[in-house]
Amino acid sequence: MFRVILTLLTSIKNPGKIKTILFSILLILITIPNLNGQENEVESSNIATSKIVASILSAPTDVSAKDTDNDKGQSITINWTLSADDKDGGAVSGYKIYRAVEGSNEFVEVGNESEGTTKSTDNKTTDGVSYIYRVDSYQILLDSVGNKSFVTSASVASSPVKSSAQWFNFNRGYCLIFVLFVSGAIIYYIRKASAGGEIYVRKLGGIDAVDEAVGRATEMGKKVFFIPGIQDMNNVQTIAGIAILGRVAQKAAEYGTWLEVPVSKSLVMVTARETMKEAYTAVGRPDAFNEAQVHFLTDDQFGYAAAIDGMVVREKPATIFYMGAFFAESLILAETGNAAGAIQIAGTAMPSQLPFFVAACDYTLIGEELFAASAYLSGEPRQLGSLKGQDIGKALFLVAIIVGIIMESFGWTIGGHNLSAIFKVN
Amino acid sequence: MRREIPLIITTVTGLVFAISYFIPHMPFGNSENIFGEWISIVQAFAIWLGVLNLVKVSIDKILSKKGDAYYSYIVIISLGIMLIVGFWDGLSGLYADPPYPVIDDSTSFYWIFKNIYTPLTSTMFAMLAFFVASASYRAFRARNFQATLLLIAGFFVMGGRVPLFDLMISGITDVPVFSHFADWIMTYPNTAGQRAIMIGIALGIMSSSLRIILGIERSHIGGKS
Amino acid sequence: MANTISIILLILLGLSLVYVLVRTLKGNPIGRRIVFLYVAIAAAIPLFMDLEVPLPITTDVRNLYDALEKLPDGSKVMAAFDYDPPSAPELQPMAVAFMKYAFKRDFKIIIMGLWPQGPIQANMAIDEAMQDPEIAAKNLQYGVDYVNLGFQSGNEFVIQSMGTAFKTMFPKDYRTTPYDSIPLMRNIVNFSNIDFVMNFSSGEPGTIQWVQIAVDRFGSVLGAGNTAVQAPQVYPYLRAGQMVGLLGGMSGAAEFEKITAEKGKASTFILSQMIAHAIVIILILIGNVAYFSEKRKKK
Repeated sequence: MFRVILTLLTSIKNPGKIKTILFSILLILITIPNLNGQENEVESSNIATSKIVASILSAPTDVSAKDTDNDKGQSITINWTLSADDKDGGAVSGYKIYRAVEGSNEFVEVGNESEGTTKSTDNKTTDGVSYIYRVDSYQILLDSVGNKSFVTSASVASSPVKSSAQWFNFNRGYCLIFVLFVSGAIIYYIRKASAGGEIYVRKLGGIDAVDEAVGRATEMGKKVFFIPGIQDMNNVQTIAGIAILGRVAQKAAEYGTWLEVPVSKSLVMVTARETMKEAYTAVGRPDAFNEAQVHFLTDDQFGYAAAIDGMVVREKPATIFYMGAFFAESLILAETGNAAGAIQIAGTAMPSQLPFFVAACDYTLIGEELFAASAYLSGEPRQLGSLKGQDIGKALFLVAIIVGIIMESFGWTIGGHNLSAIFKVN
Repeated sequence: MRREIPLIITTVTGLVFAISYFIPHMPFGNSENIFGEWISIVQAFAIWLGVLNLVKVSIDKILSKKGDAYYSYIVIISLGIMLIVGFWDGLSGLYADPPYPVIDDSTSFYWIFKNIYTPLTSTMFAMLAFFVASASYRAFRARNFQATLLLIAGFFVMGGRVPLFDLMISGITDVPVFSHFADWIMTYPNTAGQRAIMIGIALGIMSSSLRIILGIERSHIGGKS
Repeated sequence: MANTISIILLILLGLSLVYVLVRTLKGNPIGRRIVFLYVAIAAAIPLFMDLEVPLPITTDVRNLYDALEKLPDGSKVMAAFDYDPPSAPELQPMAVAFMKYAFKRDFKIIIMGLWPQGPIQANMAIDEAMQDPEIAAKNLQYGVDYVNLGFQSGNEFVIQSMGTAFKTMFPKDYRTTPYDSIPLMRNIVNFSNIDFVMNFSSGEPGTIQWVQIAVDRFGSVLGAGNTAVQAPQVYPYLRAGQMVGLLGGMSGAAEFEKITAEKGKASTFILSQMIAHAIVIILILIGNVAYFSEKRKKK
């Protein structure tokens, strides 16, 4: 306070500096309520003291508040040092966090933390408004009847703070570098391939068998089933499955085989229908497509599995494709198909279901092969180029893993930080 | 235009999603939430498409009088019952007044949930145990070196995750050797394998997503790539 | 009595497997329906037995328990129920044991579900936990000690939006009480106000989404209970420290019951699972015997 008045007095000596005077007045305006706030603290402590029955509770100290890092605003993080009475068997039951707009004395409760806690986040702030915080330690006392009463002790208020949104989340900096590197590699190879570069892609057994599998159904005069998994269109695996469906549908249309797609999500139904219609049109047989080929069963996981099992047992399809995201129903479907004697080709990126498909199907696309399958089937250079870019990403991973193992094993650090501290993406 | 509009939507939302991961400031900070809400709404409404299709397919089957049309009768009748019961419970003021019980088992909906839906779906899930047994009996063979390794690992995990093997050696030692060994297999070799597959999948997803965002892969929107 | 009969039946089952082995060696292997029958009998008989199985506590269960023990009494814990009745036999015993433990520790429980049936499973678990005399004596109040926010559609996007504010996704609880009228939720805006998240999951959306969004983006502390099928997939996250612990399948549930001293269904079911595992192991061995004898014949 004294310093502020001094500043004011010195600025009056230079009458030309009106700006400084105004600034000083502003400073006083800011500081006075702050002082009031502190006086208020004393008052509230007095109130608390008057309630004390059993003991005098010490308040938490060093209360500080800062804008929450790397967020979209509207959040302030409050830290404090534990009350001296907060220890094993100590009196403190918890802490209540109070907030006031700077300049007002109206503290409102914005948080309640349990004992032993030194941090709280207030997520109800308005960006740009200056706030001060106070943390009260409290003890719950029970009388003989079980009625609760509280003993509280208020801290000194924090210095003012404003919340704001940040323009970059620095915790994710490393992730951005990685994303840019891999995306760059993928785009580079897509461009290279479209310029006529040679792209070699290893053989995918399951996909090479598509022709044979659809052909077999044609010879036997039986149906082909295509199961696109039990997830909706927002799952990339479903999209990959539908992309493969497009290729399978072309083959089925060429051979004149009935391809049936029972689905468990409405949006997948709509998409699969469009895809098939296009595929039939592409091979010049739009009239051969019947909307009833794609139909909805239920979005209940096991209801869907039961319905397909029933269809497989009754209709004994020659070929079944499982392409998409599968869960516990994978083996229930694949074993039934196996018992019905169908050729089965599966593809999923659900690691826990892969062993089941491998055990019960003739061919299985493992993980990333599912995503590569559509590009592989299309044979289009640009799509194949993206696979090459993906491999560059994999090489980066391998190098990173080896470097990581060496650094962690020998305890090497970069700038005093070990790798796990540096790469902690949050 | 029929192709271009979905492609533009895909590209724009894809890029905004990617950017919002790194930029918390508005307008990006909230975009995920906004798109998320849209997805919830679209998915919720889309349920009708599926239900109507199910009804149509079932009625077609009933009218065609094929051999398995009676399954379609079951579908239509069950659907009707659930609709009526659901509306009935809702209209008769479910949860209208306190005090609320933890489970409102007075409703017919809950009765169906507990006594029909639960046993039916549990039965389907339980079938997994039988299929796991038959699949392992048929396919779990020591055909080559890798398969033998898998067989040995499977043997120890199955016997070690339950106290089976440890019970057998309980006369010799109290240390749960097999449980620790199964734990070790799950923690190290299994995790290593899972991670390798997951890294491959993550890269596959990135490359697929880029193909979709850049409009190179468009077979899912009914277009030739 | 039931124990003796059950043990005799199991011995007979074992002897019949010797017969199956002999038959297989003679080139006459059993069909899949017989395999089904064996599994059914092996899983059913132990349900009538009352034997205590010595159960070692695995690291992941102990870590989860230790993390829960470290939480102060009265901590705010979110319990996300992402499963439905089919996986209830595995996950419900975990949920019940967890609820009992949590209520005894006076944790404030906030329930939600990304699966429509999840919140009902949660209510069933609470109902069962409330039968415990110690918990019943606490006379816990809905809305003060625990709340069920219900189901919200939108999968992982729900968790994403909850990172900003729970209220955006759950404007009302499952009893249609407005969010702001629930005393427990008054100062809870998002994950930063929650001390621990416990997720029970049998698929997606589930534990993996909780790790990827609640933990990685919003810094939550997560523990989970998973079905045995899904558990291996979660291990990489567990090893990376993104989860404090994991209850995997029936054995995880039984171990959690043991460590929290809340004996429940999992402790009985584990015996059933143990015998079923034994049968499957024997069947696999017999399958391999068949394979090798066939190979030798071909030579």
